[in-house]
Amino acid sequence: MNIFDIVGPVMIGPSSSHTAGAARIGYVARKILAKEPVRAEIDLAGSFAETYRGHGTDRALIAGILGMKPDNEDLPRSLEIAKEKGFGYTIRTVCLPKCHPNTAVIRLWAEDGDMTEVEGASVGGGNILITRLNGLESAFTGQYNTLIIPHKDTYGVIAGVAQALAAFRINIGNFRLTRQEKGRQAIMTLEVDGDVSRELLMLLRALPNVMHVVYLHTNE
Amino acid sequence: MLDYMSLEQLAQTAEEECLSLGMLVLQDQAEQMETDQNAILHTMDEQLKVMEQAAEKGHARDIRSASGLTGGDAFKMHLHTENNAALCGSFCAQAITTAMAVAEYNAAMGRIVACPTAGSCGILPGAVLTMMKLKNVSRSKAWLGLMCAGGIGMVIANKASLSGAAGGCQAECGSASAMAAAAIVEMSGGSPRMALEAAAMALKNQMGLVCDPVAGLVEVPCIKRNAGGVMIAITAAEMALAGIRSAIPVDEVIEAMREVGDSLPASLRETAQGGIAATPTGRKLAREIFDKGENK
Repeated sequence: MNIFDIVGPVMIGPSSSHTAGAARIGYVARKILAKEPVRAEIDLAGSFAETYRGHGTDRALIAGILGMKPDNEDLPRSLEIAKEKGFGYTIRTVCLPKCHPNTAVIRLWAEDGDMTEVEGASVGGGNILITRLNGLESAFTGQYNTLIIPHKDTYGVIAGVAQALAAFRINIGNFRLTRQEKGRQAIMTLEVDGDVSRELLMLLRALPNVMHVVYLHTNE
Repeated sequence: MLDYMSLEQLAQTAEEECLSLGMLVLQDQAEQMETDQNAILHTMDEQLKVMEQAAEKGHARDIRSASGLTGGDAFKMHLHTENNAALCGSFCAQAITTAMAVAEYNAAMGRIVACPTAGSCGILPGAVLTMMKLKNVSRSKAWLGLMCAGGIGMVIANKASLSGAAGGCQAECGSASAMAAAAIVEMSGGSPRMALEAAAMALKNQMGLVCDPVAGLVEVPCIKRNAGGVMIAITAAEMALAGIRSAIPVDEVIEAMREVGDSLPASLRETAQGGIAATPTGRKLAREIFDKGENK
């Protein structure tokens, strides 16, 4: 924590959890798709479902998906901007048993049909927790520089990633691995100290059995 | 480096080094963030500019929240102040207007500084901008006022909570008032010890305040609590500057606030199930907002 967590952050109101946090969840979903999204389906649960219009949660989520940060002054106009861009979306309220009170599930499509599904919760003060990625359990906050690496579930992939990070003197603070079933897709999530360079990202993307690499920097 | 676990310790260190609280926090934060003091002050000026713009835009006549529940009250207060009709004098009236303007701007999806939270974002600007406008406080003094406020807020965050969902409104508007009270003392040239007394007296005045927003929205009663919160800050700062001391030391008051927050039932912690939210009219307003949402 530093002084600008207290006298800050600068954000579009009215609510750090329902507006700023929602914008961040949308932004993370966009990053994980790693392409320009053209369509979104959003499910809202808990207090998101109850108060989303009054808090502008819908506007914040769409703004994030369109690439806006929580302090972007265009955020309140995001639904209109989406329309101008021809970006299609649907928003439904759902009941997700046992989820955090402020949860959104975002499915995003790119022009070429690529799809990603992200479930995230806004846990207070604009902070978020991503709880599922493409149906697999996850748990990262974006408060540290984070690498999200979907890969084929086979031997040597994790070692390859760890070696590459070590070669660039990047320390791993947290590591999480989830897989659908043996031999299919798995996702590793790594929170790291220090900044991951473009060069290292290229190296990681070139590793065998790595499908793609998403890098989420803390100042995003 | 400071650990922000005790305000008493913060004041002691400031006294030993002959610094104001704001200067001490500035020095420490530059060290902790591995940057120089000018960079910190530069960012603080950016926050101050956002506060100024929010205060300016927030008292427009036609401002309305996304739900339609609030808006336009800061404009009424502004006219009342301009007409020299304010009973409490121009300084207090201006502080109320500014606090409401920023809080209404927040509800209308305006760009604000959460300080410490979005729901309590009007209180600190209400104090700082009014000191600048009516008491000739310079920009650089205002930065130090904000640094001082931030130091108070960090200790409260570490020892209690700044979130309404965790600790009730006392944790949001109460903390904002304590921060604003200390900032006023700093900008008036009061001692670190006086800043602590002001923070303690402000917190004590909002001890137990529950978080009970109608329809769960950051509007009713939040916006008017920003107006009340800045008045409590001014009262507490005024008393501290007069040499009045809090009978209970500030660190103990913060501890008490945490205990009170922990003992609040869930219905009074931002769930819109109790307090003002649960009144017949509160429930009726909530129903109207939800119905409107569904028919949209």
